[in-house]
Formats: sequence, structure tokens, C-alpha cells
Amino acid sequence: MKSATMNKTARTLNPPLRVAITGGTSGLGLALVKALHARGDQVAFVARDAERVARTARSLPGTHGIRGDVADKHDTHVIAQQINAALGGLDLLIHNASSLGPVPLALLADTDCEDLEAALATNLVGPFRLTKALLGALAASAREGRPALVVHISSDAAVNAYAGWGAYSASKAAFLHLGRIWDEELRGHGVHVIGFDPGDMDTPMHAQAVPDADPATLKAPAQAARELLALVDPWWARQTEAA
Amino acid sequence: MNAATTPSQRPRDAKLLVIDAQGRFEHAWRARLADFLRTDDLLVANDAATLPASLTGVHERSGATIEVRLAGRRSLAADDVQEFSAIVFGAGDHHTRTEARALPPPLHRGDTLRLGPLRAQVLRLLDHPRLIALRFEGTPDGIRAGIARHGRPIQYAHVPQPLALWDVWTTVAARPVAFEPPSAGFVLDWRLLATLQARGIGFATLTHAAGISSTGDAALDARLPFDEPYELPASTVHAIAQTHKRGARVIALGTTVARALEHAASLHRPLQAGAGVATERLGAHTRLRIVDALISGTHEPGSSHHALLRAFVEDGVLRRADAALAQHGYRTHEFGDSVLIERAAAPAAPSAHTRDAVAA
Repeated sequence: MKSATMNKTARTLNPPLRVAITGGTSGLGLALVKALHARGDQVAFVARDAERVARTARSLPGTHGIRGDVADKHDTHVIAQQINAALGGLDLLIHNASSLGPVPLALLADTDCEDLEAALATNLVGPFRLTKALLGALAASAREGRPALVVHISSDAAVNAYAGWGAYSASKAAFLHLGRIWDEELRGHGVHVIGFDPGDMDTPMHAQAVPDADPATLKAPAQAARELLALVDPWWARQTEAA
Repeated sequence: MNAATTPSQRPRDAKLLVIDAQGRFEHAWRARLADFLRTDDLLVANDAATLPASLTGVHERSGATIEVRLAGRRSLAADDVQEFSAIVFGAGDHHTRTEARALPPPLHRGDTLRLGPLRAQVLRLLDHPRLIALRFEGTPDGIRAGIARHGRPIQYAHVPQPLALWDVWTTVAARPVAFEPPSAGFVLDWRLLATLQARGIGFATLTHAAGISSTGDAALDARLPFDEPYELPASTVHAIAQTHKRGARVIALGTTVARALEHAASLHRPLQAGAGVATERLGAHTRLRIVDALISGTHEPGSSHHALLRAFVEDGVLRRADAALAQHGYRTHEFGDSVLIERAAAPAAPSAHTRDAVAA
């Protein structure tokens, strides 16, 4: 892919990025951890399952695995503290952890309030809290002339109304908009927030949502990871030029 | 002065005593802080996040319950998290006044301390029954996770309710290297930062491992603050040079900022970016090279923070300030009210930073 090659070249001119990724042990999150690790960036990743965190960290030496649940208020500072301590700061925060809501997918009228609340906790309130706790580190990065970018992993369900995707869709729509407000408010401090829709990927979450989907029709998470980095790198190059 | 007893960082009724270079006083609401800063001034904050540095556990050899309060480290390097200096207490918690806390069991070099998921060895005894150097077992990631999961913020009897990390992280908190909050920074919120920007007032940060404020022991307290590592970013050094070139003021938000900047200035002129360890205590003897004004909490006479104010103004002004704070009901300690003290105008000697500006 041409753009990826170009930006691999540009990438080597910059110092390693300090990156934190939530939901880093499967799907797109894991693909991002692998891609960033492979090119020499400093990576901390967060996931709920201690065993999977340990296994992923072992398989990618130099990465920092952090056990934590973004949906849990009491984990926010536990996670933020370890990210900032392990990386010595933060340039790029990728909110990738995500909850489908009820599984199997349910019509809104059949969705329990608790399932909607759980989707909001993981997809909206949790990332809001984590951004807030990491804002000091991101703003410090911006003041030092480094990148300071937050990526909200989004979905076409954040924009379109699909029957059966209510809890996920409503939380993702709010999450996307949250990112737009953040970006308005933080731009003056040099911190930018973007949404990124990776498309339908061959991931465990997609299999939960659409069990009978043909994997061959779905995008590989590694491909989506490359596409995201192909957005981030030129963005950073533009910021550097503008400064 | 009475202690502020609720962990609210920006209570609406927080007060600010402003002492100008002529020693004149003005009482204001702290929410008006930006009105006392001028275009081209530079506000410098400590962006250290606060570690949950209180670790309860067991002294393995005696089986006694202990509380370990991490109190110092050599550097801010990310992986330099094995060794800390620490204050050790016996059984009990923050509800007991620190002065009344039990001593730990007799500690010996090589003793093992079990602190939740963490294990540590006593590396050295530091000439006081409460003061040790310890070394955690395990990898840096494991140690960081253990402290994050098991530790609690250090706190004192004047705030009865258990503190959470969000109570003690400032809104600009970044790397978790402070043992107690750089609490002068509690005044900051993002609206204030936007106001500063709109008024052409600069904002910069450094990272300083603010140490503990009280050990409960007079002899140990007299040695505070311990050596504190810090890091000074190039962007902050640049902003300070620009500020002095324009004849504007560098305003330290907190005593840790003043300590770091003045220590850095004592090493290199002009100021250089990088890491250092602040070893000197600021006081009446200090000739300030960088900091023109200080925003700080209110402190009791006799504390090291109070002594630091003597670098800014004469003792006569400080005595009047102490009386004014008491008379107007200012609250003390980390969630209390604040003072903004401008360095006394020096009638004779040329100001230190006139020369810095030339050097920069």
C-alpha cells in the first residue's frame, strides 16, 4: 500500500511515539499494539483479563501490559498512573475498548436498562474519565512540541441507525460526539481528538454481533491498524510543519 | 489557622492573600487569581501526579502490621522504581495524628516487608527508627502495578475521609512521581488555563517529585524537604527566558516549582533543560535567580514551606501576613486557602534576572 510505505519512511524521522491503547489483547487493539511495537514505538496497553494481558506483554517484549477495566471508575487512575509511569508521558491515546451491549444483539425494546448502562460505561463514560485523567500528560506532550492525539475508535453504527444495534449504536454516537467536543475545547492547548471508523473487521466482537458473517468479507484488523497509522503519521507531520 | 478538612480542590469560597513587592496586602477570592497576573507573565506549575505512596502491610520477621510511606527516589527515570526512601509507622492509620503514630518494630537491613502484592527488602537504615531505604522485588511493570493497585494517597488526620487519587491529582497531573500532591496546583482548572491563554499569560510546567510534608517526628521534620528529583522541559526553559527578556514575571505555582527552578539556576546560567535533584532548602539566605512571585498554600510558621517564604519577603512582612491570615480565617493545609507573594522589590542591588535575561 503506497501511503503506508511513504509514511513508514516519514515515521523514522520522528522519535518513538508513546502510545496507550485500551482493549489491547484482541481485535483491532492487539493489531495496533503489534504494529506500533514492530516499528519501535513505546506501547502500553490495557485489558481486563490478567492472563491475556500477561501473555500479550510476554509475546511483545518491551510493551507494557496493564490489567484494568475502563468501565470501572476505580480503575481509571490505576490505569492512567501506570500508563504515565511506564511511558514517562503520553503522545497518543487510542480508545479502542468497546462493548457491544446485549449479546446476542437485541431490539431496543428488548434491551435491559442495565445492558444499555453497561455499554455506556465502556463506550462513553470510561473513555471520558480516562482522557480526563491523562489530559495532563497529553497537554505536557503538546507543550514540549510532541504530538498529543486522542483517537476515538468509532463505527458506522455511530452515524447510521441499524435495528438491533441500539445500545452499541447510541453509545458510539455519543462517544463520537464527545470526541468532537473534546477537540473543540482542547485544540487551544495543543491536544487533538479524532474519530476513526475502522469498518467491519474480522474480530471476536464482530463474531459476537454477527455470528454467521463470512470472515472473507471482513477486513483484517492488521489492515485497519495500518489505515489508522496512515492517518496519524501524516497528521503529526503536518502539526510539526505548522509549529 | 484552621485546617481545611474536606478534599475539595477548588471550593468556591477559597481565599487568596496577595502580597505585592512593596509588602502591601490585598484579600481576594482565589477564583480571581488570573486578575493578579499580567500579560506576558509566566505561570509555572508542577505537573507531577501523586503516587498512592502509603502502603500497608506486614514486617515479615516480627509479623507486625506496618504502614510504609514512600518518601523519596533518586531520579524520575521511568524504570527507576525499585528503590525508594520511606518512612515506616507501626499499626494505625491516618486518623491518628502523625506525631502520635506508633513506631514500627525494630527494622534491620535485609528485613522483608510484605505490602499487599508487593515484597520489599530493607536496603539500609537511615539513622532514624522510621527512615529506611527499601528495594522492591520484581519488574518495573510489576512494581508500578502493585503500587497502583495497593497504595493509597498519603493523608493526615485533619482530613478524616479516605482520599482517592482523583482528590489529589491536579488537573494537569502527568507522571506519577509526587509522594504528596503539589497542592498549590489544585487552583488550576481548564477554564483558568483558557483564561490565561486569552490574556497572553504564559503557562508552563516542570515535573518535581514533591516529597512528604510531615513525618510525625520533630527531628526528621527538621530535615524536610528531602532531596527531590525534578525534570525541567526545554519548552519551559525557553518560556522563562522569553518572560524575563520581556521584563515580565515568572510565577511559581507551589514551593516545589520554586525549589526546582532555583536549584536548576544554581547549576547552570543560563538555565538548562534536563534532570536534577533539588538538594538545597530555600530560605532567608536564598538569592532568587528565577522566581519573581510564588503562589502557595498557607503554612504554619516553623514548617519548611513557611521558611521558604523568607526567600521572598522580609520577616516583618511575613509576621504581618501570618497575623492577617489568622485574623481573616484563612484555612491551612493542602485543601486550604492560598497566598500570592511577590518578591520584595530590592532597592539597591540590580535584580538577578536582569542578568539572566542578557545571558538568555
